[in-house]
Amino acid sequence: MIVGGGPAGLAAAVTAAEAGVPAVLVDRNETLGGQLIKQTHRFFGSRDHYSGERGFAIAAQLASRLAGCGRTEVLTGSTVFGYYEDGVMGIHTPRGTLHLRPEAAILATGAAEKALAFPNNDLPGIYGAGAVQTMVNVWGVLPGRRVLMVGTGNIGVIVSYQLLQAGVEVVACIDAAPRIGAFWVHAAKIARLGVPIHTSCTVKEAGGRGRLEEAVTWRLDDDGRPRPGTEEVYAVDVMCLAVGLSPLTELARQAGCRLAWVPELGGYLPLLDDNMATTVPHIFVAGDGAGVEEATTAMLEGSLAALAACARLGRPHPEHGVRREALLNELAALRGGPAAARIRAGRSRMQREEGFRHATN
Amino acid sequence: MRLTQHPVLEFQHGPLVRFTLDGRVLEGYEGEPVAMALLANGVSVLRESPVLGRPRGVFCAQGHCASCLMTVDGRPNVRTCVEKLRAGMQVETQKRKGSLLARDSEKG
Repeated sequence: MIVGGGPAGLAAAVTAAEAGVPAVLVDRNETLGGQLIKQTHRFFGSRDHYSGERGFAIAAQLASRLAGCGRTEVLTGSTVFGYYEDGVMGIHTPRGTLHLRPEAAILATGAAEKALAFPNNDLPGIYGAGAVQTMVNVWGVLPGRRVLMVGTGNIGVIVSYQLLQAGVEVVACIDAAPRIGAFWVHAAKIARLGVPIHTSCTVKEAGGRGRLEEAVTWRLDDDGRPRPGTEEVYAVDVMCLAVGLSPLTELARQAGCRLAWVPELGGYLPLLDDNMATTVPHIFVAGDGAGVEEATTAMLEGSLAALAACARLGRPHPEHGVRREALLNELAALRGGPAAARIRAGRSRMQREEGFRHATN
Repeated sequence: MRLTQHPVLEFQHGPLVRFTLDGRVLEGYEGEPVAMALLANGVSVLRESPVLGRPRGVFCAQGHCASCLMTVDGRPNVRTCVEKLRAGMQVETQKRKGSLLARDSEKG
């Protein structure tokens, strides 16, 4: 059973299908691909990692490879609502409720957007960045005319660029951190188009009668404290929050997997070994639910989890050893650069927790 | 507000259908989420919050956060960011927690 049909779940399903292991892939959306379906930017890196391709095209490629294998039952529009003590998963489908007891489960549930605390943060017009991407790139609906983007990570600057492509004005892109979080290739695109980027700057408050009409920002000092007198008022009808993601770990918790607090990777995470195995033997986790990174690492993790799950079922992938080593090397390479220092810190924190688990078991 | 031209994307829509918001007739594309049809009509306030009655709209647009709950065809607490639009749908700005009683009394 694979829960979630985003990049991690799709890669896991393709790998399991290649190994000849029957699987059920469950996704709550109508279309497979998860967040890839709203990603219009080109990926970069090496050709093996879909460089030059846009997210929605990668999703379609993976889904058609999976369909070509013909071994996987795909349940879309379906939600896994619980994982019970006896190993049964409840699935709400358009045709009714199913109960399945998988021999192995790969949880590829992804992550949810974080909100930000400030007065009037619940006003309509204040949207998650993923929501804005869904509006503009999936449904062709504009969220408004003038946007303040909060967050200069990859999501913040990429969504800013996509809003500009759609003809929406981005008045500024701000971040409480003292440095831009995104890869420079993405940040440079919006800088070139004249979007001001303010670091050490956060939202003081939002205002408006019945919906968002203005956003007030202020600067932060070196200790992260707001500096009164530095306020700027923006007349905007949209504020877009791109302030990070929280891994969705509900099913892992219900299954009894041990979790640890790993802030570098988004919050509470199931403890995982090199094979993406949790502390519950037949449960594996991959993708943002295993630590918030990005789609390429999610796909590699999904394949890795599927290799391990198939081996555990006594039906290893014909190229298990070679594939596993290649995946581990690719993950190490992707996490090797200076931009991935935070990811490495999170991974090493998780390994320390993992070592603690072995010491105490 | 709808996007008609985009440098990368082409949008495919179902047929244009009519539905109502609090009795007012609006148009949207069949099969798109109700909340998207409303946004395209310039409607961003979808309900009142349960306790303080504050205005609320979409937040996550993927069926996760429950900020977009509305009353649809008499059924309260429908996630309009994932509920597909159908011709003739009666959509209402949800007051507080919504009520099934209004629907029952209409039927009774």
